[in-house]
Amino acid sequence: MSIHQPPADWFKAPDSTERLWVGLALIWCLVMFIAMPYWYFYGKQNSVGEGYLVEPMEFSQRVSKFVETNKVGELKGIPIVEAAPGGDVYLQAMMWSWFPVIQMRKDQTYRLHISSLDLQHGFSIQPLNMNFQILPGYDHVLTITPTSAGEFSIVCNEFCGIGHHLMTGRILVVE
Amino acid sequence: MTTTTIGDVPFEGGASGNHQGAVRSCDTTGLPVCLGAQRFIKLHAVVAVVWLLIGGTAAILIALTRWPAVHLLPADWYYRLLTLHGLDMLIFMILNFEIAILYFAGTTLLNCRLASTKAAWLAFALMLIGGIMVNIAVLNGSSDVLLTSYVPLKASPWFYLGIILLAVGALVAVINFLATLYIAKRDHTYEGSVPLVVFGATAAAIIAVVTLLHGAVVMIPTWLWSMGVVEYIDPAWYRITWWALGHMSQQINVCAMVSVWYLLGTLTVGAQPVSQLVCRGAFVLYILFINVASAHHILVDPAVGASWKIWNTGYAMYLAVLASMIHGLTVPASIEVAQRKKGFNRGLFGWLVAAPWSNPGFSGFFLSLIIFGFGGGITGVVLGTQQINIMAHNTLRIPGHFHVTVVGGTALAFMAVTYYVVPLIFQREFYLKTWCRIQPWLFGGGITLMSIGMSFAGSYGVPRRHWDMEFTGAMFSTGFDSGAHLMLGLMGVGAIIAVTGLLVFVLLVVAAVFFGRSNAGRAMTPWHEERQVAEKFRTEDTAGDDEHSMPGTLVLALFFLACFVVYYFANWMWLADVWHVR
Ligand SMILES: [Cu+2]
Repeated sequence: MSIHQPPADWFKAPDSTERLWVGLALIWCLVMFIAMPYWYFYGKQNSVGEGYLVEPMEFSQRVSKFVETNKVGELKGIPIVEAAPGGDVYLQAMMWSWFPVIQMRKDQTYRLHISSLDLQHGFSIQPLNMNFQILPGYDHVLTITPTSAGEFSIVCNEFCGIGHHLMTGRILVVE
Repeated sequence: MTTTTIGDVPFEGGASGNHQGAVRSCDTTGLPVCLGAQRFIKLHAVVAVVWLLIGGTAAILIALTRWPAVHLLPADWYYRLLTLHGLDMLIFMILNFEIAILYFAGTTLLNCRLASTKAAWLAFALMLIGGIMVNIAVLNGSSDVLLTSYVPLKASPWFYLGIILLAVGALVAVINFLATLYIAKRDHTYEGSVPLVVFGATAAAIIAVVTLLHGAVVMIPTWLWSMGVVEYIDPAWYRITWWALGHMSQQINVCAMVSVWYLLGTLTVGAQPVSQLVCRGAFVLYILFINVASAHHILVDPAVGASWKIWNTGYAMYLAVLASMIHGLTVPASIEVAQRKKGFNRGLFGWLVAAPWSNPGFSGFFLSLIIFGFGGGITGVVLGTQQINIMAHNTLRIPGHFHVTVVGGTALAFMAVTYYVVPLIFQREFYLKTWCRIQPWLFGGGITLMSIGMSFAGSYGVPRRHWDMEFTGAMFSTGFDSGAHLMLGLMGVGAIIAVTGLLVFVLLVVAAVFFGRSNAGRAMTPWHEERQVAEKFRTEDTAGDDEHSMPGTLVLALFFLACFVVYYFANWMWLADVWHVR
């Protein structure tokens, strides 16, 4: 019984069904274990966590400079900014906005720098449903290649105060 | 016909306990109940039910807010009650219940007295004061920081202090349990190895010590920071350390739940573990490999590299997954073997159909096993896969997952064992037995529906911890597919059913504990009587005499593995469709 002392000879090998199951479960665990490094080398979607320490003020200045030099238009009073393919793109998170609006070319690769000026935020591209954590004091760099064109929403999915649901932004991907 | 099984298995241990008179023999099981420990089991259980009631009230209000068609609460109260719900359920309710389980396992099952009554009082008082402090700090609006209180979100110092007191109290209780183990060994109150349930409880206690120490490491500096003594808490450091507390504590729950499964298997059908070595080995895997599970929560964080993330999810986590998969076989196998021994031998699943389903202790336990395995286990491993997490982090898929582990699994198992704790420890009979029998189905069914709704809404991208998924008033209008709305409706309906099951449970327990008929001096009224129906699953053949005949369980387990494999690879396929990112 599970609530009584086990028989003195409890330390013995399991029978065939249990051995079969433990073996199958172990093989499945190994498959899942190998899948992650495999995808790291051969898959196209990875979160490698490239990040650098950055002061919020310093990051805010980088964003302003980036917007000044790369502005191509305006959407609802917010600058639309497009960098050259392969270049650095800056996105600033703060209560409760994503700044600026980012324009990218389909199938081109960009280095997207995201940081927060205040609390933690969640960078969530919808309706694609890709999600990354954004921390104040850390520049989170995503080497990102949009593979579909259109207008995408950025929503915040890390609680950041009462206006959390107001925190939306835009990514425009053109052909 | 035979009634309940527990009367058939009188206590076999030595009568030489060290209670010095303060002990009674259970009128149903013959087990020795240490009266000193019994008092604290009662106290912690009652407090756990109070937290359950408060947490459950918050649950229905926040669920009805997230259902867009209802959208009940204003934003500030939504986040406030979400904070309260997480803390009262995941920390205060569950820890109080677990301390009660530890005291029971350490004393009754080892025929030993509780090591220290003073320490038990201290632990109880600290856990209660900490709980009240945190509840007040949240309800007065000074600590809207959610369960995780990610810095630099700041709560009132009382909030952190309350959590620290709770953690210290729980640590004192766990050490009291470990000291009880030591005394039992020293005084030879038992011979040989400890029972499996005690072994599982000890695994939970060991993980609890490590977890609670991490809690101190993260909460004490944060408390000082909230008072302005410490200037800066690094948010990346906070997340890693907080989750060493947050995720590891879920492994305490898993260990406690699995121990309760084995306990209920014995109490309801007289099951015994098929292989003690396998069951115990699986508990050891939990202790050894769960300590880096905090990695699950920072899979898409900056400043933590891919190799660190992959190693800590892949290597360590999957050996803990292996442990859960092992229990997933051995627990139902023990039921099958016991049932076949009784003659319920017809077909692959006659043993299961003829099981004592009218016993809420059994139905609650078996539902908990199924919900935890198929719902929580599979989703948990998939969401915790490093790259797949990109599609899941901070979406409703996450609470969809953990409500079928910690609620449909752990909380339901704890409810199921309560159908024995009240008659055996409180020595009171339940009223309204029919409602007792319905309750696990209401609660388990509701939670399952709710979690399915949450998981699929999350697959559409709906964020967790979010007041308005229609983003009313936001600069850039955004919304979700109508399928997401449908799924949130399903979530709402499931939540209503589940909270109904919760309230029924609380009412039944309160009525029994405070107004129930005493059964002191005689055996408890059995929950289950064998029906004629069950007889047709009895066969004359003797295949059931085989100690290890478990074909039905093996089929169930292979079906489980097939579901697991399909869901796992489907997620990789979905991942391959999103933008490329490194
Ligand atoms: Cu935000």
